[in-house]
Amino acid sequence: MTNVIFAGVGGQGVILASKILMQVAMNAGYDVKESEVHGMAQRGGSVDCNVRYGEKVYSPLIEKGTCDYLVVFEPLEATRKLEYLKPDGTLIVHTERVNPAPVQAGLAKYPDDIETWIAANITNRMVADFGPVLKAVGSQRALNIVMLGVLSNHLEFTPDQWIEAVKGTVKQNFVEMNVKAFTMGREFTIS
Amino acid sequence: MQRKILLGNEAIARGAYEAGCRVATAYPGTPSTEILEAMAAAYRGIKSQWSPNEKVALEVACGAAIAGARSLAAMKHVGLNVAADPLFTFSYTGVNAGLVIINADDPNAWSSQNEQDNRHYARAAKLPMIEPSDPAEAKEYTKYAFDLSEEYDRPVLVRITTRIAHSQGIVALDDPKDVPLKPFVRNPQKFVMLPSHARPRHIFIEEQLVKLKALSNASPLNRIEMGKTKRGIITNGVAYQYVKETCPEDSILRIGFIWPLPDDLIRTFADSVDELYVVEELDPFIEDYVRAMGYAPIGKKIIPLTFELTPEIVDKALNGTTYPTAPLYSGTIPPRPPALCKGCPHGFVFDVLKKLDVTVNGDIGCYTLAALPPYNAMHSQGCMGASISMHLGFEKAQGDEMARNSVAVIGDSTFIHSGITPLIDLVYNKGTGTVLILDNRVTAMTGHQENPVTGKTLMGEDTYEIKLEELCRAVGVKRVRVVDPKNTAEFEAVVREEVAAPEPSVIISLRKCILKK
Ligand code: SF4
Repeated sequence: MTNVIFAGVGGQGVILASKILMQVAMNAGYDVKESEVHGMAQRGGSVDCNVRYGEKVYSPLIEKGTCDYLVVFEPLEATRKLEYLKPDGTLIVHTERVNPAPVQAGLAKYPDDIETWIAANITNRMVADFGPVLKAVGSQRALNIVMLGVLSNHLEFTPDQWIEAVKGTVKQNFVEMNVKAFTMGREFTIS
Repeated sequence: MQRKILLGNEAIARGAYEAGCRVATAYPGTPSTEILEAMAAAYRGIKSQWSPNEKVALEVACGAAIAGARSLAAMKHVGLNVAADPLFTFSYTGVNAGLVIINADDPNAWSSQNEQDNRHYARAAKLPMIEPSDPAEAKEYTKYAFDLSEEYDRPVLVRITTRIAHSQGIVALDDPKDVPLKPFVRNPQKFVMLPSHARPRHIFIEEQLVKLKALSNASPLNRIEMGKTKRGIITNGVAYQYVKETCPEDSILRIGFIWPLPDDLIRTFADSVDELYVVEELDPFIEDYVRAMGYAPIGKKIIPLTFELTPEIVDKALNGTTYPTAPLYSGTIPPRPPALCKGCPHGFVFDVLKKLDVTVNGDIGCYTLAALPPYNAMHSQGCMGASISMHLGFEKAQGDEMARNSVAVIGDSTFIHSGITPLIDLVYNKGTGTVLILDNRVTAMTGHQENPVTGKTLMGEDTYEIKLEELCRAVGVKRVRVVDPKNTAEFEAVVREEVAAPEPSVIISLRKCILKK
């Protein structure tokens, strides 16, 4: 059983990322389930998707302490979800901040030490600013697919299987851009 | 056979399609909205529509079913409160072609004002209710519900919860059945509920319940999965999945036929295990029933009554197990509550209302978020349309001074849903308050649906666009103003004037939601 959580802020595209992962897993012959967030939380609140695949999947939710890969599109959201990650699980984080409303209103402070804390405490990690990659891809909205590309290095599926799933899931006129985003994410290394 | 990954709500739409459903109705409401959206997008042969509210939606579906077409109405849990009136009496009439009502509960109130457990409605309205545990079953059960409805002459409730509606899974697709339209045969004894007709129908309903109980006992929707006999767990819905996951060795009675409950099967199961447990979300619906049968199951003593269940809650309660986690961040994590979008038209409105420091009777929509910082500018809110009626109540209680320092705030879709009758009440019963209709040209909160003021239907056709201004004037409001809230100075002046005026007034705050395409 493989457990993956995508987490971020409403509007960052966590659902599309999980859809592609589900498609890859199903095409490879696995059972797969997912749980996602709609409605009020999508108005800029914290959102996440749980994806699970394996021989037979029962629960659509991942139990705390059993998530293998935590893929987070915003640093603050990473801190919120750590209780789901297993001790030797892998954390992937995009470091660009999205200030929550209480921070914007000056009622709360955005912690400054998240990245240093992660570096000191989480062994298996890929923490980076994917901004330059998005620039090269030519779309700020491709963050979800870039992150999926990063994740793909850790999973068993071949690049061809991934590309097939990307093509089968995203809108027709965005296929090329998304394939590029995926490939650049997959090839990304911290320089 | 084709297999596809579908959202629970999409799977329900697919089930209806395969069952030969011809008419589908709903009012948007999280977590049920995507059912009708999927219907209109993928199955164009079904006449799908947004109705002004759930009562109307259910009545249209009842009409269509009685007229001979397999029909479906979908709504969230609180929507069924609105539709409770037709629900209880169309239980008496029964159907002609199949009628399926999809009811989506929202444990944890993720996107709702309460977390009521609508299994009670099945019992109260004496209707069969079935409940799937994942998207694949959601499709199968919806399909089956149409046959069940016709065979037993009952509307059938399909209950889902947020974790079924908004979870995806692999669903096997079948071809749609060709179910012919039935004729409508006039039969007032069945379809006109005069007292003299209702009494025999009540006897009929009780007889059907006895038959349905026998069916529930034999139904594959209820099944015993025998494991070790030390512990037996009765469970339903998504909780079944958490039990399967965390207690793989125990014996399980999975209840998919939620009402009537299967007495014989429960007895067989309870008698074959040493310790009996019930794991269910929200109320002790099954537990109380099993207790009344003379057993002493362990349920709400260890399983929370409030919020939704999770695998870790079930694992901890039943096994005492918790898993070690990665190190947890020790700093203070600021919350990220939902908030109005940047540039949202409601933001301009609440900037002014906050400045004027008026009491605000609010309603249901994105604008309810104005109750939170940075606005803190909403002081009451309960259910669809209550802003206007409560506003009148505030005036009746506190008099003119309250009316001169308060407003009711309601969105365009919510106004059409349940705001028109309260506005009539305000005029009829001589209120003098001010109602702000936030007309953003869309039903925004649930994901941007069309409604009667947008001039488009769910199927994407052009239709008559209701003019709110004319509507308000027609019910007797003489002071109706239309203002763009982005013109802050003008907007503020209009609010001041109308609130000061000692007669009923409506301000239509007109500006498109920034996310509306
Ligand atoms: S979706 Fe539209 S109405 Fe809702 S908060 Fe955003 S801009 Fe405002």
